[in-house]
Amino acid sequence: MSEYVIETVNLTKKYNGFTAVNNLNLRVQKGEVFGLLGPNGAGKTTTILMLLGLTDPTSGKVTVLGMDPTRQTLSVKSKVGYIPDTVGFYDELTARENLIYIAKLNGLSGPAAYQRIDEVLARVGLLDVGDQRVGTYSRGMRQRLGVADVLLKQPQLIIMDEPTQGLDPERAREFLKMIRSLKEEGITILLSSHLLHQVQIICDRVGLFHRGRMVLEGTVSELGRKVLGRAYRVFVEAQGDPPSILAALEKVPGQVGVIHLGGTRYQIEAESDIRPEVAKAVVQSGAGLLGLEVETQSLDEIYARYFEEVKHAEKG
Amino acid sequence: MPRRGKLSSPSIEREGSPWTGLWAVVAKEMADHMTSARMRILEVLIVLTAAGSVYAAMQVLRETVGEDPFLFLKLFTTAREPLPAFIGFLVFLVPLISIALTFDSINGEFNRRTLSRVLAQPIYRDALLMGKFLGAFFTLALVLTAIWLLIYGLGIVGLGLPPNTEEVARSLLFLVTTIFYGGIWLAVAMVFSIIFRQPATAALASIAVWLFFTVFWGILASLFAQILSPVQIGTLAEVVRQTQVQLALARFSPNTLYAESMIALLQPTVRSTGLLLPFQLEGAVLGAPLPLSQSVLIIWPQFTGLIAITILLFALSYVLFQRQEIRA
Ligand SMILES: Nc1ncnc2c1ncn2[C@@H]1O[C@H](COP(=O)(O)OP(=O)(O)OP(=O)(O)O)[C@@H](O)[C@H]1O
Ligand SMILES: [Mg+2]
Repeated sequence: MSEYVIETVNLTKKYNGFTAVNNLNLRVQKGEVFGLLGPNGAGKTTTILMLLGLTDPTSGKVTVLGMDPTRQTLSVKSKVGYIPDTVGFYDELTARENLIYIAKLNGLSGPAAYQRIDEVLARVGLLDVGDQRVGTYSRGMRQRLGVADVLLKQPQLIIMDEPTQGLDPERAREFLKMIRSLKEEGITILLSSHLLHQVQIICDRVGLFHRGRMVLEGTVSELGRKVLGRAYRVFVEAQGDPPSILAALEKVPGQVGVIHLGGTRYQIEAESDIRPEVAKAVVQSGAGLLGLEVETQSLDEIYARYFEEVKHAEKG
Repeated sequence: MPRRGKLSSPSIEREGSPWTGLWAVVAKEMADHMTSARMRILEVLIVLTAAGSVYAAMQVLRETVGEDPFLFLKLFTTAREPLPAFIGFLVFLVPLISIALTFDSINGEFNRRTLSRVLAQPIYRDALLMGKFLGAFFTLALVLTAIWLLIYGLGIVGLGLPPNTEEVARSLLFLVTTIFYGGIWLAVAMVFSIIFRQPATAALASIAVWLFFTVFWGILASLFAQILSPVQIGTLAEVVRQTQVQLALARFSPNTLYAESMIALLQPTVRSTGLLLPFQLEGAVLGAPLPLSQSVLIIWPQFTGLIAITILLFALSYVLFQRQEIRA
């Protein structure tokens, strides 16, 4: 029995000689929100399909909830919810009818099923429009119906392939909130996405895919440290003599780079949140402290920097 | 993008029954078919055809036949120019309905992007494919049975007498044979719905196959027979042999199998589906009807042939579907 909800060992998938997933070792803990990142064609969807037993691995081992998806297919699929990248419904049926079919496929029927369907529709805020044909739904509503659909089977793990793709910022925010609340219920979540700032908000840990390999893995600050060599960026607004402020800031322990952004603004990069030390240094240098802000590193930057380096390495 | 994945190795033993969820799929499919506009159109078409051709047949029967023991069966087989008999229509209508039922069964799910979501539920692909086939099969059976009842109703009202037991038995067997003949075209269209992503292409391919067997196979069979067993001197034996080869080739077509079964069941005087040589008729009163059991014996190979083709085609669709990469 594995302690991980998802564990893969040297998981490999080849399509006629083309390696889509290459010796993947992925571990996701219970209750975690894990984000799969990577450029198009990196192998995220292929990995997800193997986790669900929808595609057979060429080699390697997959364990999901302690089971092998290629052998214990039914048990795995009855506990794992999957929202594909383009989630489709029977447009000519109502949302409720769509869910009834899925409930039946999961062995739920009768009054218990109807009650459960009402619960999940209410949960995603579609109870009022549950008897409307899905053909009339907007993209955001479909996505929420996708969540209702996986909640029917009371999953322990939900896998979402690019869940916020095509949602407007407001809908995307709502969706992220919903993911949060699922996590609070103890459901483990694996999602893939290209929208890095969203991944950063929602994921406990992320894995960066590149050409079928997971090249980086960890929390966002761990990745920041690995790729950018720093985790935090502190912005200071201070009134005074710039050279002396710069000199003072450079003496702050923990900083890895100080830049004068012009005017009264300075930027300090650091391995940890050193706001108190920065404030003290500014005040002691005799300058007037106007403002202090901290920005944790952005995944966007990590991502961009990583692939810049890869490109450089390839050229050189 | 190539669509074929690796064939799931059959040595891996799978947990649970491959048919888990089968009846949920069957029920959904039947509900879809029953409410679809496509089926409504076909139902109207077949009801009109049945009513029209049976009405025409009744007029002919009233004029000509006085004392026929199988008057009811004649409702199916009697034609009044320029209309063909009802069975003549069936050879077109049954494939049409069958193809309409399944030509988009798998690719339709692909295009609606519902396939991966359905297959992520605790069922095997086996159950989905079988459920789709059975859903279409039961729908077809339901529609054809309804038509049968309609014809019976018309017959009782129009001819003013009920059918006898043998007529009921014969026409019921005919109904079953017709349903299985439809099963073949269900399976053909299903295979194409797996091969082609576009439903229109799948429908066209299915109709092409049907057209091939309906129009060209007869011509090809006689052509091949002339090549394989030419008549060189012109003896009777040679002619007989060539005809037999031609008949054997023709029977590769489901249409031939169905037509032969249909005739033997509905026309009790038919003594053989093959070539009838004079010595085979020895001792028989020409024109005397055969008992039902004898008629069944005659068409038994055709009947099992129809079922065998359906099973083979379904097996083919099964293999194709198992290998298919389901990512949308
Ligand atoms: N059936 C197939 N046959 C051959 N190659 C395939 C097949 N399916 C996927 N691939 C290839 O495998 C690679 C990984 O694809 P995958 O869909 O897993 O990428 P992804 O990370 O999900 O990309 P995206 O962000 O675009 O969704 C791609 O290069 C793709 O072309
Ligand atoms: Mg993908």
